[in-house]
Parts: sequence; structure tokens; C-alpha cells
Amino acid sequence: MDWANLRTRLTKMLRSVWSPFAAIPIALLLGALVLLAAGYNPITAYEAMWQGAFKDRTAFTEVLIKATPLMFIGVGLAVAFKCSIWNIGAEGQFYAGAVMATVTGIYLGDLPRLILIPLVLIMGTAGGALWGMLAAYLKNRFGASEVVTTIMLNYVAIYITGYLVTGPMIETKGLFPQTPKISEAAWLPRFLPPTRLHIGFIIAVLVAVLLYILIFKTSIGYTIRAVGINPIAARYAGINVKRNILLAMGISGGAAGLAGAVEVSAISYRLYQLISPGFGFDGIAVALLVNNNPLGVIFSSFLFGALRSGAEVMMMTAKVPSVLVSLIQGFVILSVVAFGVYRVTTVEKEE
Amino acid sequence: MKDCIVRMENIVKSFGSVRASRGVNLEVCPGEIHCLLGENGAGKTVLMSILYGLYQPDSGDIYYKNKKITIGSPKDAINLRIGMVHQHFMLVPTLTVAENIVLGQYPAWKVLSDMPAIQEKIYQLSKEFDLNVHPEALVQDLSVGEQQRVEILKALYHGADLLVLDEPTAVLTPQESEHLLSFLRELADKGLTILFITHKLEEVMQVSDRVTILRDGKAIATVNTSETNPRELARMMVGRDVLMELMKKEGESGEVIFSVRNLNVKDEKGLPAVKNLSLEVREREVVGIAGVSGNGQTELALALAGLVESQFDEIILNKHSLTQKDLSRLNHLGMAHIPEDRQKMGLILPFSVSENFIAETYRNEPFSKKGFLQFRTIKDYSNMLVKKFSIRVGDVDEAIANLSGGNQQKVVVARELDRRPKFLLVNQPTRGIDIGATEFVRQQILAERDAGSAILLISTDLEEIFALSDRILVMYEGRIMGEVPPDHNRVEEIGLMMAGKTEATA
Ligand SMILES: Nc1ncnc2c1ncn2[C@@H]1O[C@H](COP(=O)(O)OP(=O)(O)OP(=O)(O)O)[C@@H](O)[C@H]1O
Ligand SMILES: [Mg+2]
Repeated sequence: MDWANLRTRLTKMLRSVWSPFAAIPIALLLGALVLLAAGYNPITAYEAMWQGAFKDRTAFTEVLIKATPLMFIGVGLAVAFKCSIWNIGAEGQFYAGAVMATVTGIYLGDLPRLILIPLVLIMGTAGGALWGMLAAYLKNRFGASEVVTTIMLNYVAIYITGYLVTGPMIETKGLFPQTPKISEAAWLPRFLPPTRLHIGFIIAVLVAVLLYILIFKTSIGYTIRAVGINPIAARYAGINVKRNILLAMGISGGAAGLAGAVEVSAISYRLYQLISPGFGFDGIAVALLVNNNPLGVIFSSFLFGALRSGAEVMMMTAKVPSVLVSLIQGFVILSVVAFGVYRVTTVEKEE
Repeated sequence: MKDCIVRMENIVKSFGSVRASRGVNLEVCPGEIHCLLGENGAGKTVLMSILYGLYQPDSGDIYYKNKKITIGSPKDAINLRIGMVHQHFMLVPTLTVAENIVLGQYPAWKVLSDMPAIQEKIYQLSKEFDLNVHPEALVQDLSVGEQQRVEILKALYHGADLLVLDEPTAVLTPQESEHLLSFLRELADKGLTILFITHKLEEVMQVSDRVTILRDGKAIATVNTSETNPRELARMMVGRDVLMELMKKEGESGEVIFSVRNLNVKDEKGLPAVKNLSLEVREREVVGIAGVSGNGQTELALALAGLVESQFDEIILNKHSLTQKDLSRLNHLGMAHIPEDRQKMGLILPFSVSENFIAETYRNEPFSKKGFLQFRTIKDYSNMLVKKFSIRVGDVDEAIANLSGGNQQKVVVARELDRRPKFLLVNQPTRGIDIGATEFVRQQILAERDAGSAILLISTDLEEIFALSDRILVMYEGRIMGEVPPDHNRVEEIGLMMAGKTEATA
């Protein structure tokens, strides 16, 4: 390999990593115009946003906390998307995981910590994985499009949660539609008191690294990618396509379920109807942003976490209405995606 | 040539470290059929893609109708009245013929309202040139030959004066090729200029006025077809004499390795395509299946590869009776196959060359250990195959999509032959590869046979069937019409069988 070759490879790599982040200033500029038009001072608004995300250690750890579920979900979706399975059901798989984790944390609450914590996480993962594999089964067996079934299964999971927290599992006081707290022995340890930063974040990074290795360095990953790109050639080569669809959905759902279990056991300690503010859908953008590269998801989920954290503060201190905040978030996602498309087309042209 | 329609001067084009064109000169006269000839990877497709605006040359000039021009995109090319039929088609399968033809060439907001007029024009053209293309059909429902006619029609629709065809006959049956060639002659007689890429020397001799030979990214000669012969062309192209005849050793075939009894397969539309077919292939034997394409060969191959459901009384491989389920993992049981359509079935295009080499063996030692891919080993192995089969590639980590068509085919062939299969199913193995490589691949197939493999060869190319087979079965409408030894005196008999006539009725 000569130098020119090495250099093009390096610049290509840098460009693919940095372009999403380069898109942000443009989005913020657009947002500023809207804020101005609506009569707000964009500088104070953005300052509040920045402060919200990076003011101090606590603010920063909140960003990491917000990034955690997105990271789990994003890497899981990256695996499914690599296999060309369009899993829109991470939201439902998150709920399935949260339900299983809560049930375990409450009804097996007497178990010792060292057993209970792993058990809660495992049950959450299993719940999400099964929920995801249900859609894979429907696809394999009846040819049902996973886009449709996963969306429908989202509703099913959310309604089951609603039923549980208003009926059979409602807290004993019965004041709010929520379950009682899970056993304290099931709480995930926090490691940077007084902040809320918990080991779930570290697990998420680990899962991202592991799934990266799985996808790009192992024979299992090879099959998943091959099926995703050309299922006919994969079958011709003797790869069992259906089994891989099941596997990819299991991994994808499992990661989302783990996100749900971590959310319950580290943050909310209980289950309630709206435990996810749409993590499952943000996760799609998180994965697509970095071209479904599990390592890239670590960064893109961080970006989304910062955006969410900052937006909350912008709403509270700069009194920007939440509609505008969502609008600005939308700008960020759109411009990042637009940059992504630009990147793909230019890189391809060069080749 | 004072008066030429296209003149390409000193065209240089590199991709990274791969130098595809190193100063090519080409002159084409109006109204002629001009063939481009050259080994796989010689730079034919790249040169034509530059002419069609798909690539920009690093340096060099293009003169068209005596004006110096730059062609920034296919859209420019079409406006200049240049049309191209690509080696791997570029149609959108989910759109209709008419939509494909005007795609990108028509203001989007007018397409819908003008569609009836567009369709009418296409219909008229199709009738005028006897192309038999229906403007409202979906491209995905069309056969390969039909898709190609759509591509030609597209060029004619946009009023092409110059038509470039990149290996159009590689995917056609001999009959279709024959038809296409005479059609091209007709077009040329009407004044169109045609640039035609092929690896088949008979076609060059039959249809062209002049030939330009490319080697290693350079045009090394342009000759008048009437003043040359196939042997000379082959020598110029490869740089050495090519054996037109293979040495086939006489060998004793051994015991039966593979046998099928009463196989029935339905085609995509659910109609019977293979009917009660039985055959057996022995150790150290090549059984050739001859026939006009579309007589069930594709379905036979798909069924044996386990890609479509089939009914059979018995399939035996290596003394083991197989179930329908076994068929989908035959390659674990000692079978290899070279599929008919490399891009659809043989390759995973965005993957690298080396990733494609291990498509069937990636799970085995030494390519993967404890589930982890061994990149070093895989790379060494790939380099070994690249060398053995002289595949032209910059680096084995490069995407296989960047390889020339013939080199992609060589990757599939190398991969399958290297697995030392007990039973080898080969479907159109030399499609799109140059004569030097064809010679090599055929030698390799015979070497596999001499080493003891049982080989089932499907080919619509009778010459190939004769060159390789120990026994020839003729297939017609899903049935085996009869068996003939590869004796050139019996070609006529085979021809009759291919048309559905047995000795009794003939
Ligand atoms: N997009 C690309 N990126 C990198 N290398 C390329 C690309 N396109 C072509 N090449 C290389 O350029 C060389 C010439 O390729 P080209 O496709 O023109 O060959 P060809 O003469 O058409 O061969 P064939 O008969 O096999 O189709 C090959 O070595 C090929 O690998
Ligand atoms: Mg080519």
C-alpha cells in the first residue's frame, strides 16, 4: 500500500466519523433563525443548552445517563440493520425488558444482591430478545414484514405495561399508576456519588464493544452481514438465512430489553406507563447516524444524550417552549442525516 | 481515418493504485461496428464508462463529431446522443419499462401526465425495430434478454447516434446472440455507430468492421476485421498463442457419486420446468447438459443447490440419500457449485474480495478459530488464489464490486474449484471471461475431473459442452431427450434433440 492510498483511506475514515458532528453547527444556525423569529434570544437559549449539558460534573454525568439507554438500543439496532432487518420495535422491546426486570426485582426481591442484579439484567435481556424474536418468527413463518409487526408489537408491549401498572402490579398505596419500588437489592450500583452515574453506562459501552467485535471479527458477524447484503448469495453459500434473522432480532431485542432493565434498576426503580420517552425511536437515528457501526454508536448516543439534557435546561431556564426545543432537535437529526447522505454519495463517486 | 465520430486521445484513469487506462487512443468511424477486445481487466469497461460520463478521466481528450467535449455525466452523454448497454444492467427492477427509459431524463413533474405519450413512442420504436418490448411491463418480470432489449430501446429512444454495448452476448443464449448481432448490423446499416465489447472471437469476425485490442490499459492495435483471423486476435490480446483445443485425457470413470431419480421442479410461475428427470454422474466424469436455455436448466441447478423446492424420489450424493433439507447445506456434504448469475447468487458485492473467497468456508479452520475470523490467514489464502487464477485486483481487501466483470467470475470459479469438491455443479462457468482465462478455467475443470471429481456441467454453449464432457445429455422442455457421446460427427443429432426431436421422430 503506498502513501497516497493510505492518505485517502485516512481522510475517508476521518470524514465518515466527523461529518455528523460537522452538521451540528448548521442545525444550530437554522434553530437560531427560528428562535429569533419567535422572539427569543438564541444566544441565551443556546447558552442554557450548553450549560445544561456541560456546566459541571453533575450535568455531564446526566448526559451520560441519558446516553445509556440510547447506546444499548442503538447498538442492538445496528446489528439488526446490518442484517437488513428493519426493527422499528425497540420501543416495545425496551418495555418488555423493563417489565421482566420489574417483575424479577419485585417478586424475587429476597435474593442476595450478587444474584439478584445479574438476574434482573438477564431477565430484562431475555424479555426484549423474545419480544424481538417474535417478530422474526412471524417474518420467517408467514413472511410478515418486520416493519409492520414490530410497530404493532410496540403497542402491545406498551398496553400490557399500562395494564400491569394500573391493575395487578399497582403499588399498594394505589395513588399513581405505577408499581412499587423494586427490592433495594436489585438496584444497580452508582459509582460517582453524589451523581446518578451508574454501572449501566459501563455495561452499555462494553456491550457496544462486544457487538462491534461480534459483527466485524467473528464468523457469526460475517453471516449476519452476508445475509443483510445478499440473502440469495448467502443461501447459495449454505447459510441459514432464517436462523440469522432470528439471531439478529434476538440480539437487537435483547439489547433494547437490557436498556429497559437498566432504566428500571438504576434510575426509576419502578415501572410506570411512560417509562420510555421514545428511546426506541431515537435509537434508530443513533444507529443510522454512524452507518450502523457499533463503536460509532457510543459517540452518537452521547450526542443525543447531550441534546436531550441540554434541551431540558433550555426549556426551564431560557423559557423556550418545548415545541421549539423539539424543532431544534429535529433540525439536528435532519442535518446530520443529510450530511450522511452527502457523505455516502461523495465517497461513492470517488470510488 | 480523417473522418471519425469519436476520438479518444491519451486517456488516463487510475483508481488508487490500479491503473485502468494508461493513455488509450481510440478512433471510431461513423456507421461502423467497432469491437473492443481485451483480457479481463484490460480496461474496456472503464474506457467506455468514461465515454458515457460515468467516470472522469485523469487526463486525456475526447473529440466527438469533431468537437472537443467533456462528458460530465451520463445525462451529458445522452444529450450528445451516446447510448450505453452496461455489462451489469442498470435498470430499476420495480419500475416499468417506460419509467426506466425516461428515468432521470425527463422533468419529474411531467412524467406522469406525459406517460401515455411516452409509452406510445416506446411502443412504436419497439415495433419498428422488432424488439418486442412492452412499455408497461415491470422490469423485474423480464428475462435477461428482454432487459437487454430495454437497455437498447432506451438508447434508441433518446436518439443515440453512437451505441456502446458492453459484453451484451455474455448473458444471451446462442440464438439470442445471433439475433442481436444481425440487429446490430441492421442498425449500423441505418447509420448508427456501434462500439461492441465481447470475448467471443467468432462474434468479432462475424459482425465487426474494425477491432481495437486493449491490453493492460493501452490500445495496442486497431485492425480491419477482414484482414485478420481469430488466432492472430487471440495472440495480440493475450500476448501468447492460445490453445483453442483442450487436451482431454481419456480416463476411466469410476463409481456413481451423484444421482437423481425422478426430479420435478416448478418454475417461478408454478409451471413444471423439470419433469421426471433422472441422471447420474460418476467419479472422474464430466456430464454435460446441452440445451437451448429456458428448457429447465436454471431450475435444475436451483433445485440441486437447494434454492427452490423440488420433488424427487431419490437424490444420492456419495452413497448418502438426501432429503430436501440436506439440499440447502450440500456444500457441507462435499458439493460445490458455480452459479449462473455471479452477481445475484455467487457474490456478496459490497464485501471485499477476500471475504468473498471464504463465503462457504468462513466457519472452518483455519479461517476461523473459536468463532473468530483469522484475517491474516484469510488474506494469505486469498492472495494465493488471486495468483493461481491470475485475477486482476489491486488488493484483496478491496470491494469485489470494483473488479472487472470477468475477474468477478474468476473469483467465484477459484473459490469453488479450490474446495476440491466430490461433486461439482457448474453452470455457465466461463460466462464473461476472456479466452485466455476460459482456457485456464476449462483446464482446471478437467484437472478436477482427473483428480476424481464428478462434474455436472450446464452450458448453452455447445462448444464448451463438447470441449469438456465425457457424456452429453440433451435437455428439452424439462426432460432429458437422450445421451450422446462428445463426437463432433453427431452435432446434428444433438441439434435435433435440442429442438425436441428424438431419433424416432426425426
Ligand atoms: N470503480 C473501480 N474502483 C477500483 N478499480 C476499478 C474500478 N473499476 C474498474 N477497476 C479496475 O480497473 C481495471 C479495468 O477494469 P475494467 O472493468 O475496465 O475491465 P474490463 O476490460 O471491462 O474487463 P472484463 O472483461 O472482465 O469486464 C480492473 O483492474 C479493475 O479492477
Ligand atoms: Mg468489463
